[in-house]
Amino acid sequence: MAYVTETGYNEEVLIKENGLNDHFHDHHHGDKFQSNFITTYIFSQDHKMIARQFLITGMFWAIIGAAMSIVFRLQLGFPEENMAWLRPILGKWITVDEAGMGRLAPEFYYALVTMHGTIIVFFVLTAGLSGTFSNLLIPLQLGARDMASGFLNMLSYWFFFLSSAVMLYSLFLSTGPFSGGWTAYPPLSALPQASTGSGTGMTLWLLSLTFFVVSVLLGGINYVTTVLNLRTKGMTLWRMPLTIWAFFLTAIIGILSFPVLVSGFFLLMFDRGLGTSFYLSEIFIGGKALENVGGSPILYQHLFWFLGHPEVYIIILPAMGLVSEVLSVHARKPIFGYKAMVMSMLAIGFLSFIVWAHHMFMSGVNPFISNFFVLFTLIIAVPSAVKVFNWIATLFGGNIRFNSPMLFAIGFVSLFISGGLTGIFLGNSAIDIPMHDTYFVVAHFHIVMGIAAFFGMFAGVYHWFPKMFGRFMNEMMGKIHFWGTIAGAYAIFWPMHYLGMAGVPRRYYRFDTFEAFKHFEDTNKFITVAAIIVFALQIVFVINFFYSIFNGKKVTDANPWGATTLEWTTPIEPGHGNWEGNLPAVERWPYDYGKNGREFIPQWEPLAAGEQDGGNH
Amino acid sequence: MTGLIILLCIVMLAIVIIQIGKVTELTAQIRGEKDAQKESNEWNSKGLLIFGAVFLIFCVVSASYYRDDMLWYGVNESASVEGSSIDNLFNITLICTGIVFFITHILLFWFSYKYRGREGRTVLYMPHDNRLEMIWTAVPAVVLTFLVIAGLDTWNDVMADVKEGEDYIEIEANGMQFAWNLRYPGPDGKLGARDYKRITASNPFGQDFTDPKGLDDFYPDEIVLPVGKKVRVRITARDVLHNFYLPHFRTKMDAIPGIPTYWVFTPKITTEEYRQMLAKSDEWNEKMDPSDPESKTRAEMFNYELACAELCGKGHYSMRRVVRIVSQQEYEDWLKKQQSWYANNVHNKGGKVVINGKEESEDPFEGKVTPVDVVKDSTSTAVTVKKDSTAIAAPVKK
Ligand code: HEM
Ligand SMILES: [Cu+2]
Ligand SMILES: [Cu+2]
Repeated sequence: MAYVTETGYNEEVLIKENGLNDHFHDHHHGDKFQSNFITTYIFSQDHKMIARQFLITGMFWAIIGAAMSIVFRLQLGFPEENMAWLRPILGKWITVDEAGMGRLAPEFYYALVTMHGTIIVFFVLTAGLSGTFSNLLIPLQLGARDMASGFLNMLSYWFFFLSSAVMLYSLFLSTGPFSGGWTAYPPLSALPQASTGSGTGMTLWLLSLTFFVVSVLLGGINYVTTVLNLRTKGMTLWRMPLTIWAFFLTAIIGILSFPVLVSGFFLLMFDRGLGTSFYLSEIFIGGKALENVGGSPILYQHLFWFLGHPEVYIIILPAMGLVSEVLSVHARKPIFGYKAMVMSMLAIGFLSFIVWAHHMFMSGVNPFISNFFVLFTLIIAVPSAVKVFNWIATLFGGNIRFNSPMLFAIGFVSLFISGGLTGIFLGNSAIDIPMHDTYFVVAHFHIVMGIAAFFGMFAGVYHWFPKMFGRFMNEMMGKIHFWGTIAGAYAIFWPMHYLGMAGVPRRYYRFDTFEAFKHFEDTNKFITVAAIIVFALQIVFVINFFYSIFNGKKVTDANPWGATTLEWTTPIEPGHGNWEGNLPAVERWPYDYGKNGREFIPQWEPLAAGEQDGGNH
Repeated sequence: MTGLIILLCIVMLAIVIIQIGKVTELTAQIRGEKDAQKESNEWNSKGLLIFGAVFLIFCVVSASYYRDDMLWYGVNESASVEGSSIDNLFNITLICTGIVFFITHILLFWFSYKYRGREGRTVLYMPHDNRLEMIWTAVPAVVLTFLVIAGLDTWNDVMADVKEGEDYIEIEANGMQFAWNLRYPGPDGKLGARDYKRITASNPFGQDFTDPKGLDDFYPDEIVLPVGKKVRVRITARDVLHNFYLPHFRTKMDAIPGIPTYWVFTPKITTEEYRQMLAKSDEWNEKMDPSDPESKTRAEMFNYELACAELCGKGHYSMRRVVRIVSQQEYEDWLKKQQSWYANNVHNKGGKVVINGKEESEDPFEGKVTPVDVVKDSTSTAVTVKKDSTAIAAPVKK
């Protein structure tokens, strides 16, 4: 590539001389793990293949989830339009009257909203993002042959697959999938009488997400073990790239919070199936008074958000890690404040466990308790702000190479600022009174989490595509994708702030039932049109992705971006075990760009006499 | 057929895009990767700069376009005393975050442009700078401390319950799929006891009419309140979660089956005054029916509304009730017209209800108590309850 200059080292020689001989190749004559089609492509235990499996499954779900959002946006933007043309796809969920007018049934609107949220949050931005890049990069950037347990890693993917299959199946139930919101608050989610989706749909939803948690835990344990035990010679914790720090902390947060979610789910299953009253009390529904007394729906909300809030950081931390790496590599400049970046991630990770009730200010918890949650919530904004300033400072004085990954990384920073700042409104409980459950919240979390995490993921895919498939993605299509998406995403979500301020509640099937909410037809049309355009642009990405796997420009240089990290010392298409000979040894921190007049000094190059390691300060 | 055409269009478009991609890749190869990258740097960094400028302008312009919807600005004024302090806090936060938003975005886009890749540019090797980092940790910390203090101050004021001996009106809003039931305490000022197992069509709250406090309760179909008087809403739910949401009063509180919650607020603008205030905005002066010059304007048709803000099922979007804020006099006139639910709908109606397996009469007195006759003492706000002298076991006491 353009900016790779002759640096005078020879990685092969260095690795041979200084590298770590783990006797890997003494034992593996022929590859018993990748001997046929099934063990190579399906039940693979190779982390790189598992990464690709996560990515492609995630893309599948992203398309489904996004398409669902287009359908319900059509309902919100054009409630009077005839939707009969969707009947071949959506079947009886489109009701057609005698005049041939097709309408989206309200139950199905809510089912779509619910499935959209569940799919995007869990299947795309958790499995598709962290699953893909943790798997791909942890061994490659740490200098490990594979994950600590290839077998558990394989199980992790297949539990995700199972979970996906169950959720997919629930879409085709005659009563429809679950429709009570991605947060699944009881009693609505506990009582089949309350909603058609709360019957079998909810049973499958719970089953699917339980499998999903198994997948996350298997993956997480593996990531943590690998990071702690399988770092190559010289790779101290303070020499790990920020990507690895992010995946490592994400995995720990997941291991600590997901089991709580499952416990909440189990209690819900008991209430649904065994007649217990954990969440149910004094309910009169369907013409009958239920016997359950003494339960509390608020208990579920505590259990849910004890995961739910860390979950949003499970989503964003990997994106932050990817973006930090991409910004530094393409600005040709060290990430600014490496230690501060790690520390702020640690702080965010820790604080994310003690802020969950900011989702519950209006749920009937004692208002006094909220004082603490306001305090902790707004404290989180400090490490978040530090990260933003550090990213901006990373650009300062750089020599920025503009390509698709870099553009998406810069876009990420903008989105994270925009969405993070609205968090400061919502975290202040008093302001949350008018804003809670309005479009202001929808705008907040879509910008800061939804779109920003997608941008982190895109940056990662464009940047590491050469490592995954030995080819580049097409730059022109990448840029069309970027420019359309950033403008379009803001066009979709920015106006929602105003809707929220005007008080328009989220999760409304139509707005004309209220004088106060009905006067935004034009805004809603605008948003819907923007959403359709953005959706179409994602198709450009999908085309680019699959086209480039087979026809992209071939990678010829093992280190095409001129990066310092270890994944670029492997062969262009690494086989099982990643390195052909010794493992590379690490001699310095991963961000020596522009040091001593050299464009970059890779991690495997020993420190010169008297040279200070950049990470040690 | 149309489906086929659409499909064809999509395929064509995909082919076109792939071709554009291919062609640019080829020209890049012909001209050399280095030049292609240089050109990309120039175009995209300028693009970011322009995008940044347009974006920031768009933020300002859109804010002024939607001014009437924003808290604190325009005509979206809080109709409750408590809500005004929230709007203030909102505005303070908007200013603080707005400054950060503009500074960081300007720097982000400016640096992207200024430090676009150029041949021979030497990169600043600056892995960290303790002083800068101290500053940008400390400044947000100070600003946030300020926001936390201001926020908690407001929060604890807004959420304060009524105090002992305070004068207030207590009403109940009970959420069910998919409507709000409303209950006023009647002349005694007290809501009667309820038991969810007693709910029937003629007793939607499941009132236990052996409780004398409940005999005069009435169930209006809109909320009517006098201006300037504190209201405590008892918020309950019959089946699933709902949320008592009055957008104009900045109230929002979940309604939970089995766990009553409450909300205290003081209306400060009557419906009529709010309409006049709205009439100052052009947008609100549009006719409801643009083709009919005789039709009323939006402002004239305005009403406060009660909505539901917690997903409760397929009819969640339709749980509307009108809220009217009136003068004290109008309020009292309205009260006079309201009639006890018990007297009109339960008394001696012969309905049955099954409680814990036992069948009971819905009217516990089986018609033996004459409906309480309520007379208001004209000299004081206290009320007396006159009851028929022949009533036996009439438990009605002031
Ligand atoms: C500056 C830091 C942040 C603060 C102070 C903050 C605060 C809040 C608060 C108070 C809410 C609840 C709003 C409501 O329901 O009324 C909320 C919602 C949400 N936030 Fe944030 N947030 C921050 C950053 C983030 C980040 C980084 C993410 C994700 C990456 C995120 C994702 C979400 C999501 C998904 C929801 C909505 C969940 C739902 O109700 O469906 N937030 N945020
Ligand atoms: Cu949260
Ligand atoms: Cu509702």
